[in-house]
Amino acid sequence: MSRLMLELKNVNTFYGNSQALWDISLRVDKAEIVALVGANGAGKSTLLKTISGVVHPASGSVEFLGKRINDLQPNSIVELGLSHIPEGRKLFAEMTVHENLEMGAYPSYAWKIKKETSEQIYQTFPILKERAGQLARTLSGGEQQMLAMGRGLMSKPKLCMFDEPSYGLAPRMLSEVFQVIKSLREQGITILLVEQNVPRTLEIADRAYILENGRITMEGKCRNLLTDDYIRKAYLGL
Amino acid sequence: MPILEGEGVTKYFGGLAAVSNVDFHVDQGEIFGLIGPNGAGKTTLFNLVSAALALKSGVIKFKGKRISGLKPYQICRRGVARTFQSVKIFGNMQVGENVSLGALFGTPTTMTAPNAAREAAELLAFVGLSAMSTALASELTLVNQKRLEVATALATKPELLLLDELMAGLTPTETEEAMKLVTSIRDRGITIFMIEHVMKAIMGVCDRIMVLHHGEKIAEGKPQEISTSKKVIEVYLGE
Repeated sequence: MSRLMLELKNVNTFYGNSQALWDISLRVDKAEIVALVGANGAGKSTLLKTISGVVHPASGSVEFLGKRINDLQPNSIVELGLSHIPEGRKLFAEMTVHENLEMGAYPSYAWKIKKETSEQIYQTFPILKERAGQLARTLSGGEQQMLAMGRGLMSKPKLCMFDEPSYGLAPRMLSEVFQVIKSLREQGITILLVEQNVPRTLEIADRAYILENGRITMEGKCRNLLTDDYIRKAYLGL
Repeated sequence: MPILEGEGVTKYFGGLAAVSNVDFHVDQGEIFGLIGPNGAGKTTLFNLVSAALALKSGVIKFKGKRISGLKPYQICRRGVARTFQSVKIFGNMQVGENVSLGALFGTPTTMTAPNAAREAAELLAFVGLSAMSTALASELTLVNQKRLEVATALATKPELLLLDELMAGLTPTETEEAMKLVTSIRDRGITIFMIEHVMKAIMGVCDRIMVLHHGEKIAEGKPQEISTSKKVIEVYLGE
């Protein structure tokens, strides 16, 4: 069986009349960690939304596990095993931590095992267990980020797309989140990662695509990108 | 000389001491950093200073006068402005109008709409958003929305500016730019009190740093002292 999980070919995405993504082609193989790196406004979040069906491309194709998903709605795409943990957490503020987790288990196969899955997530993020009965809005920023990750895992995804999981996290917690991402991959989950912490991201990812003004301008193995002069200047601040 | 002082500042959420008996001061003209693990009480402390939340006990003084007990708008008009970790903007208004609002309603002096618009234009240029002044605020990227909040806060003509995670979500190169912005705000004579997790930024721009953990102050000092403190490494920095 092919290792290919996700493939985009010549994708163009618009917001109204303004084009946000230009001719994007990329691939993600099984059990890879692939990073998307770019400045703010480059189109990284739009690219994730185009994959998860929140927005639809005007042209080009998005295939997941060999199936074209361009025109599917987000709920159908989740059911295929593709989970999107959005930027800015997007929690249900007036629901408890546990209820938020359950909301992530909406596909019927995930609903049946939601108790077991939530126990795993509480093991990964013990603070969420302590806070299980609290309303999500009462969590600190970092705790909210963990809850958003936990909720995204409740659907038992094969591929997880994280949009800035380190946002607003203290250094120790940030290290933990990167550890979690690595351990997910060890469990066989494929990762597409958008992150502004470029140094840490390039350390844990296998390959990366550089997105600039809606176009992919570079791609390669992370160990090569880390030593690239342009990357060091533009994204690592060195 | 301290521009902001807190004595015994305490806040409970139910039975949980979110901020517990914290004494602190921010000196005039300095950049004072506030760090600590997620959930340590940093944003709560900002909420107490700006009166988004009421103190349980303790007192907060601005330029020697008690401000705890005042309403948020009164504190703003005394000269304390803030930004928010989760941005609070008027999304359906234009970028320039957002900043004008700060100038019109945040200051104790009367201000005409044309003057407010002029000041807004100047501040948008200062934070690098001139090109977007007629866009809807909701259309900006998160990072630009944060810059917009800074401009709106500056429009109230503060002497003290509280910045809550201005640099979250920035690439290292963008962080450098944000550090320059913070320094240039201070160069305008505005004292800065900032919450930040990006160590390079906070160590690079702050004169002094305070560390909170479980609502209590566990360290305070120069960046060098903080970055080498065993206790801070243990609870916050890690490794």
